[in-house]
Amino acid sequence: MAAVECIEILSPGLQTTVQDLGRFGFGRYGVAPSGALDPFALRIGNLLVDNLENQACLETTLLGLRIKALTDVLIAVTGANLQPQVDKRPFEMWCTHILNKGEILSFMGPSSGCRSYIALGGGIDIPPVMGSKSTSLPSGFGGLEGKALEAGAILFSESPQAKLLATQRKFEPKWIPVYPNKWIVRVIWGPQDDDFTEQGRQSFLKSSYEVSSESDRTGIRLVGPLIHRKTDIPESIISEGQISGNIQVPGDGKPIIILGETVSGGYRKIATVISADLPLLGQIRPGDEIHFKAISLDEANQALRKMESRIQRFKESCI
Amino acid sequence: MLYDKPIYRLMADRAILVELGDEISPSINDRVRELFISLDKQEIAGVTDLIPSYRSLLLIYDPLQISSAELENQVNNAHQHMDAAHIPSPKTVEIPVVYGDDKGPDLEWVAAYHKISPQEVIRIHSQHTYQVYMIGFTSGFPYLGEVPEALSTPRRATPRTHVPKGSVAIAQRQTGIYPVQTPGGWHIIGWTPVTLFDPQAEPPSLLEMGDRVRFHAITVKEMENWQP
Repeated sequence: MAAVECIEILSPGLQTTVQDLGRFGFGRYGVAPSGALDPFALRIGNLLVDNLENQACLETTLLGLRIKALTDVLIAVTGANLQPQVDKRPFEMWCTHILNKGEILSFMGPSSGCRSYIALGGGIDIPPVMGSKSTSLPSGFGGLEGKALEAGAILFSESPQAKLLATQRKFEPKWIPVYPNKWIVRVIWGPQDDDFTEQGRQSFLKSSYEVSSESDRTGIRLVGPLIHRKTDIPESIISEGQISGNIQVPGDGKPIIILGETVSGGYRKIATVISADLPLLGQIRPGDEIHFKAISLDEANQALRKMESRIQRFKESCI
Repeated sequence: MLYDKPIYRLMADRAILVELGDEISPSINDRVRELFISLDKQEIAGVTDLIPSYRSLLLIYDPLQISSAELENQVNNAHQHMDAAHIPSPKTVEIPVVYGDDKGPDLEWVAAYHKISPQEVIRIHSQHTYQVYMIGFTSGFPYLGEVPEALSTPRRATPRTHVPKGSVAIAQRQTGIYPVQTPGGWHIIGWTPVTLFDPQAEPPSLLEMGDRVRFHAITVKEMENWQP
């Protein structure tokens, strides 16, 4: 089926990129996953508009995105509440809508969370690169010409008209995540927690850390009590593979939560965020406070199964 | 030193770091490559990515498909029954480099730091065969070692915000090539017209972990006439 003009970007706001669930299997070539920082919101958004879960969506940060429908399009907005509006009327999130040709969807600014996902019926018609449509901003490929979207960009979709028949779908309100300003993020110690002093480990668990304004898609920088490593070991380690959710502590003692734009690094990692809490990392914004809670591998596995079963149940209700 | 047994370190519920030794050494890196290739061939269900580096291999997995205990078991098995005879030899790649002037703005500084001539820096840098210890930092960036002690140079005090694509640079006892324009703190001594990373190509990176690399000096005229 031919792709049709679907959406025009009138203003990209602070930052809007094309993302899916990310690029996997190319880490050996230094290729990072990229992908939606809140994969839960992206998956639900896609299911709402009858797409496959891993279809590409728009990920927009904090405020300012304005898009115009170039045809009638099935659409859903999930993730952060950035106060979406159509013609000054509030636009309900976590459910399907038809955005009529000529209508403009605007994001006024955050009331909770950091990143919204805009799922389009039929997805976004761009060629995948290494199996994914995600934009790699550091390496400049994927998405639309490897860059954040600019005003005037036009996105095509595989025949959004055919999808308009989908019945209206709504994600159950009780399952919609709450995005606070004070977060509890669950972690498992390691891989190099032994390299820190007992006092450093205690600071990490007992303190609250404030999210720095220097945070972006590559990492969340934290300000708070310094985490000291043991005195007899050097500042850095031999570079090794790393993953999104690793919490690295450079020589200055200030922790950074690594996100999915890099595959390697040479700093010690005191702890790693559990898979079930990865979606939260996409919704934490500068100025928020984070408390870390260490849990066991079993608890992490349970938490992940719980999240997956919610998605699975929603998926089944969509059929 | 190569460990008797690998050290396994978990990264939460979705990755295992398999550490084979405690230092940067060609032979430890060779062992990592052997383990990487043999596990890659096995295509273990649930393993979504493998990232080999200097002295360790990171296995990223889907915890809904395989448990860390089971995966550790499989890695242990592979490690015990590893047969280097089944591992293909790494390839050697020649990289032409225009050294100095505007293509290598730090060549003079590096020469002055070591109290040798720029020609001597070029001679030392291009007479050695390097091992690709890992690809990381950005897509396609090869960490090459080891630069002879005579050229070991600390990183720049102030990193550059834009290092041009193709820049050949050194830092401490490592040398590397910037495949895309990025910020960077290494000293740029030259530039290569060779494309290191092409997202549309298969594989996307010219170099793979374990490959051997030799640099050779070319003139500006040769650079202009250079064809892939």
